Amino acid sequence: MIKVRGVDKAFGDKAVLHGIDASFEAGQVNFIIGRSGSGKSVLTKCIVGLLEVDAGEIKYAGEDFTSLSTKEREPIRRQIGMLFQGGALFDSMTVLENVEFPLRMFADMDAEERRVRAMECLKRVELEGAEDRFPAEVSGGMQKRVALARAIVGRPGYLFCDEPNSGLDPQTAIVIDNLIRDLTHEYGTTTVVISHDMNSVIEIGDNIHFLHRGRVAWRGDRKGILNSGVEELDKFVYASDLMRDIKGKLQGR
Amino acid sequence: MGLLFHIGRYFAFMAAALRRPQKGRVFAQSTLIELEAIGVQSLGIVALLSLFMGAVIAIQTAHQVGGWVPAYTIGFTVRQTMILEFAPTIIPVILSGKVGSNIASQIGTMQVTEQIDALEVMGVRSISHLVLPKLLAALVIFPFLVVIAMVLGIGAGAWICNAADLSSFADYEYGIQIDFKAFDVAYALIKTCVFALIIASVSAYHGYYTSGGAREVGRSSTKAVVYSVVLVMVANLVITQLLLT
Ligand SMILES: Nc1ncnc2c1ncn2[C@@H]1O[C@H](COP(=O)(O)OP(=O)(O)OP(=O)(O)O)[C@@H](O)[C@H]1O
Ligand SMILES: [Mg+2]
Repeated sequence: MIKVRGVDKAFGDKAVLHGIDASFEAGQVNFIIGRSGSGKSVLTKCIVGLLEVDAGEIKYAGEDFTSLSTKEREPIRRQIGMLFQGGALFDSMTVLENVEFPLRMFADMDAEERRVRAMECLKRVELEGAEDRFPAEVSGGMQKRVALARAIVGRPGYLFCDEPNSGLDPQTAIVIDNLIRDLTHEYGTTTVVISHDMNSVIEIGDNIHFLHRGRVAWRGDRKGILNSGVEELDKFVYASDLMRDIKGKLQGR
Repeated sequence: MGLLFHIGRYFAFMAAALRRPQKGRVFAQSTLIELEAIGVQSLGIVALLSLFMGAVIAIQTAHQVGGWVPAYTIGFTVRQTMILEFAPTIIPVILSGKVGSNIASQIGTMQVTEQIDALEVMGVRSISHLVLPKLLAALVIFPFLVVIAMVLGIGAGAWICNAADLSSFADYEYGIQIDFKAFDVAYALIKTCVFALIIASVSAYHGYYTSGGAREVGRSSTKAVVYSVVLVMVANLVITQLLLT
């Protein structure tokens, strides 16, 4: 479980996050949603320590991450798997080498065990057959999935996914959503998904934070999100005709 | 940003780079890859340049021979120039254009595409992981390339003396042996090692602290070459003053 209290973050005089309070539960798919530029990626980078917060605290299972030194953070970091918005695959390594990399660095496994585990993860993201290609030789959506495979290969206790299904076709997106949900429930992972995809939110969101202009404007579960009564969230949720239709139908019943 | 800021950050960067590798096997493998990238792929250009340079110095010196300048001066001059300056200084300067820009753009691209963030999040110490293999590879391979340059340059001098009938082989052979000081080679190799460290670390430093996109990666790689060359020149002066006087 991760608890975020009163986090502020600014770049120069541009304030991006204001007093963020959030909590991400273990064994649940926690969502951070919000419009482009609302600060979702910055918040995630603060939580994993890629950016230092200006104020506030971030607790991993009760331990205050923000007050730890880089070295003291290492044990927590080894439990983190992260899918970056842009994939961030190592371009000098093949797909398989990318997925194996966290195991090579930190796991006590021989080459064969590593390969088996990595192939298993590639299979779960429907990428068997692509293992010997380089990141530049596969499509954007495939890169995202390789990155997800790399994030989950070490069975992380904390999984962060920055827009896991942007750039994926709807069918593949559902496969990825289901994978994230299954892993979370199977291993009791504390999963944080960043998304603007209402489909995923409704499908797999257990605990949802809506970020608006650097503040948490609403928090609740997927049932509550359709009737939050928060104006900005309603605009976000009902941005598409399809969602408005669904709302009409639900109210008509 | 001030010079002091860069100096401070550079030394902090080096301290991080010189930490013990987290995983020996991964480190060894990366070092082998770098040896190939820095060394094997530079062999061709080093060989080519040294051959031409040795031959040209021989011709230029032959041009002075006659009167009070004896024929064996050709071999002597080629040897001294190759050993003292061309191989250990000019070759690294040329390699800084190749190796330095390569290191800076590779690490810079990793930075702007969040590959370095990905390493950090996993708990990998990115500076030492990326930089130490390059430093070690440069330190091993530069002296090797420089010795090759010395041998080929002196060899090319002998060849052109014969081919263009500049002097007899015996004169040339006498010239390359006369007043030979082993310390000159030691001096050359010491400075080569220093230059290797400067080029690899300064380039890695500029690559690592890139932010932005492709344009900034290009800029970092230019800076890497410019700063490396300037620092090599300064170090050359200091080392020469310390060791040869
Ligand atoms: N390194 C940085 N320096 C300065 N400003 C930044 C930096 N990173 C992000 N920002 C600013 O912070 C704000 C939030 O950015 P962020 O990337 O968190 O948005 P986001 O919610 O993830 O958007 P998207 O959905 O488009 O990915 C933006 O206005 C952005 O310009
Ligand atoms: Mg983002």
